[in-house]
Amino acid sequence: MLETALKGSRTYWIWVIFLLGVIGAGFISYLYQFSVGLGITGMSRDVSWGLYIGQFTYLVGVAASAVTIVLPYYLHNFKKYGRIAILGEFVAVASVIMCMLFIFVDLGQPLRVLNVLLHPTPNSVMFFDMVVLAGYLMLNILCGWYVLGAERKGVPPSAWIKPFIILAICWAPSIHIVTAFLYQGLPGRHYWLTAIMAAKFLSSAFAAGPSLLIVISLILRKFTKFDPGWEAIQTMAKTATYFLIVTVAFYGFEVFTAFYSQIPGHMHPIKYLFVGIDGHTKLVPVMWTCVALAALALILFINPKTRKKESTLAVAAVATFISLWLEKGISLVVGGFVPNPFERVFEYWPTIPEVLITLGVWGIGFFVLTILYKVAISVKEEAVFDKYGEKQIITDKI
Amino acid sequence: MYDGWKIIIGIVIFLGLLTVPFFFAGEKATAKPDPKLDTPEIMKLPEAERKCVESKDYMKREHMKVLNDWRDWAVRDGNTIYTSAATGEQYDISLQNTCMKCHSNKKEFCDECHNYTAVNPYCWDCHIEPKEEEI
Amino acid sequence: MRIKRREFLKTAGGAALLGFGGISAFKVLERGRAEASAVLRDPKALTGKRWGIVVDVSKLNVETMKKCMDACHREHNVPFIENPKEEIKWIWKETFEHSFPETEDKYLAEEIKHMPLLVLCNHCDNPPCVRVCPTKATFKRKDGIVMMDMHRCIGCRFCMAACPYGARSFNWRDPRPLIKEENKEFPTRMKGVVEKCTLCYERLDKGREPACVEASDGALVFGDLEDPNSEVRKILGSRYSIRRKPELGTLPSVYYINVGGIEYA
Repeated sequence: MLETALKGSRTYWIWVIFLLGVIGAGFISYLYQFSVGLGITGMSRDVSWGLYIGQFTYLVGVAASAVTIVLPYYLHNFKKYGRIAILGEFVAVASVIMCMLFIFVDLGQPLRVLNVLLHPTPNSVMFFDMVVLAGYLMLNILCGWYVLGAERKGVPPSAWIKPFIILAICWAPSIHIVTAFLYQGLPGRHYWLTAIMAAKFLSSAFAAGPSLLIVISLILRKFTKFDPGWEAIQTMAKTATYFLIVTVAFYGFEVFTAFYSQIPGHMHPIKYLFVGIDGHTKLVPVMWTCVALAALALILFINPKTRKKESTLAVAAVATFISLWLEKGISLVVGGFVPNPFERVFEYWPTIPEVLITLGVWGIGFFVLTILYKVAISVKEEAVFDKYGEKQIITDKI
Repeated sequence: MYDGWKIIIGIVIFLGLLTVPFFFAGEKATAKPDPKLDTPEIMKLPEAERKCVESKDYMKREHMKVLNDWRDWAVRDGNTIYTSAATGEQYDISLQNTCMKCHSNKKEFCDECHNYTAVNPYCWDCHIEPKEEEI
Repeated sequence: MRIKRREFLKTAGGAALLGFGGISAFKVLERGRAEASAVLRDPKALTGKRWGIVVDVSKLNVETMKKCMDACHREHNVPFIENPKEEIKWIWKETFEHSFPETEDKYLAEEIKHMPLLVLCNHCDNPPCVRVCPTKATFKRKDGIVMMDMHRCIGCRFCMAACPYGARSFNWRDPRPLIKEENKEFPTRMKGVVEKCTLCYERLDKGREPACVEASDGALVFGDLEDPNSEVRKILGSRYSIRRKPELGTLPSVYYINVGGIEYA
C-alpha cells in the first residue's frame, strides 16, 4: 500500500518538500543542542521543563482522542464514522511518534535513553508512560493498517483484529491518565497537585483531538476526492463542544478551589499566569489569548447555526486546538514551576533553536501523517462501496 | 537480465564506496595498538610489584566489566575495597585515584586500543585524567 | 517430508529466538558468578542507619557559610556559573523567609526574615526524587543518603520537578571549563546530567565527615538520626528544631535550630 504515497499531485509534493524543509531546520538545530547541551533552550534550574514536555503532554492527548472516533464506530456500530475511523487511528500514530521524539529531544543524555529499559523502575511514572505509549503506538499501527488493507482488498477484516481494537480503545485513556500522573503526584508543585488533573487532561484532549480531525476532514473534502462525510464532521463537532465545555468547567473548579480556600501556594501559579507576580508577566498574554480563543470557540460551537456552517465551524475548531495548546502545551508546564520552591519567580520563554526543534518534531509528525493519509485516501478513493454498502465517491480511474 | 549494465555499474559504485575508507586509511588503520606501560609511576616500582589489580590477560579482556562493577560497588553500594582474585591484595576502588595513578598516560594507554577498536567510552567526560606532557 | 517455506521460516525464527534468549540468560548468570566475594566495605567507613545534619543557625555567619560552601564546591568540582538560570549548587545561602516560605509572618523582624542560612539536599527519608526516577539513577542508600549515580542519569529532569526543595541542579552545558580549580581526587560532571549534594558519600566511605561539616566551626553537626546516643539526637531531643516543608511528608534529614539567634530561641 505504501507505494501510493509515491504518486501525488503538485500540491502534495510541495507540501511534502515544505515539511522536509521544516524537519531539516529542526534537525540542524537539534545537532546544535546535542553538541552544546540543553543550555540553548530557555529552560533553567527553576523552570526545568518547557516547550518540549508541554508538546509531549498535549500530543499524548491528541493521540488518546482517537478513541472518540474509534469507540462509537466499533462499540456502538456508529456507521457515520466508518470512513474516518482510520483517520483517527493515523492521527494517533503520528501523535505518539511526536510524543516519543519530544521526550527524546528533552533528554540531557539522549544516548542513554535505553537505560530506562536496562533498569526498569515500576515505581516511576515516566517508566510507565514509556511502556503505555509504545503499546499504544503498536496497537494503532496494527489496527489501522490491517483494517485499511482489508478495505483495499474489498473484504471485511478478520475476527482476530477485534480484540486488538477493543484493547486499543481501553488503552487510549490510559496513556493520558498516566501522563497526568507524571504531574499530579509531585509534592510541592501546587499547580499540578490536583486530582482533577487526569480528568481535565482527558476532557481537553477529547476537545482538541476532534477539533483537529474536523480541520483535517474539511481540508480533505476540499483537496481530495474522498469525503469524510458531513454528518461525521457534525458529530465530531458535538463531541468537541461538550468536552470543551467540560474542560472550561474543570479549569473553573481549579480556580475556585485555589481562591476560595485562599491557600497562598495554590493561588500563586494562577495569579502568575493571569496577572503576573511582581512584574513578571511573560505568560499573561498567552493565558488571555487562550481564554479569548476558548470563549470564541464556545460561542461558535454551542450556537447550532455557526456549528453547522462550514466556515464558522472551521474557526471554532482551529480556536479550540490553539487555545488548548496554549493551556496544555505551554502554561501548564511553566505554571507548575513558577514560583519556584523558594517562592521566587524565574520566568521561562523558549529560544529560537528550541522553537525550531519543536517545529521540526511537529514537521516529522505531519510528515508521517501525510504519508499515512495519502495511503489511506488512495485506498478510499479507489473503494467504490464501503463495507456497509454505502456509496463512496467513484474515481475516474478505469 | 533486465538493465544488466545498470546493475553492474551500481554494484561497482557500491563496492567502491564501501572500500573507500580502507584505501584512504592505508597502514594506519591496520597498525596493531601498542598500549604503553612505562609511565614514571610504574617504572618507580620494583620489578616484582609491577602488577595490575588482576592479571594482564584478564584486564585486557575484562577491564570494561571490572570498571562497570567497580562503579556500581563504589557508587551504589558504598563498598570501596577490592580484593584481587589473582594476588589477594586489596585496592581502593577508584578509576581516578587507583587506575590512573599508575596508568597516568591516557593517550598512550587507554586511547591506543580505544581508537583502534573505534570505541569512545565517556569515562573522561567526568573523571579527570592526569596531565600529560604534550609530545 | 516436505516442509513448506512458511513453516520452515516460522520454525527457524522460533529456534533463533530461543537460542538468543538462552545465550543472554546464560550470560547474565555467568556475570553474576564472576568474583562475587571480591569486594568489601572499607573498615574505616562511617556506618549509620540514617545520616542527618543539624544546622545551628545562631553559629552561622557570612564567613562560616562561605567556608562551608567553598569547601564543598571545591572538593566536588562544582563549577562557578554566574547566570542564575544555569547555576549549579550543592550547598548555598538562602534567606530565612525564602527557605521557609510557609512560615510567612509580617511581624517578624526584617533582619531575621532576610537572614541568610545554609540550604542543601535534605536527604529525605521518603524522597520524591527517588520515587520518580525512571532509571534508579537517584536512589536511597542503606545509610539514608539520597545518592546520584551520574553514570546512569539520562537527564529527564523528572527529579527536579519532584524535589520540593530546589536542591537539584542540571548541567545545561559542559561544566568543565567553568571549574575554578580542579580537585583531581574527585570527578567532574558532564553536560546533560542532574547533580546535587551527595552528603560526601566518598568521604563517609573513607571514615571522614562531610566537607561542609568539617569547615563549619561547629555550626553544622553531623550524625546518625537513628542512633539515640548520637550528638544530633541529643540536640534534637532537647531543642526545638524546624525542617523545611515537613507538611509534604518527605521527612527531611536536615534540621535547623536556634533560628533567629539565641536571644530569640
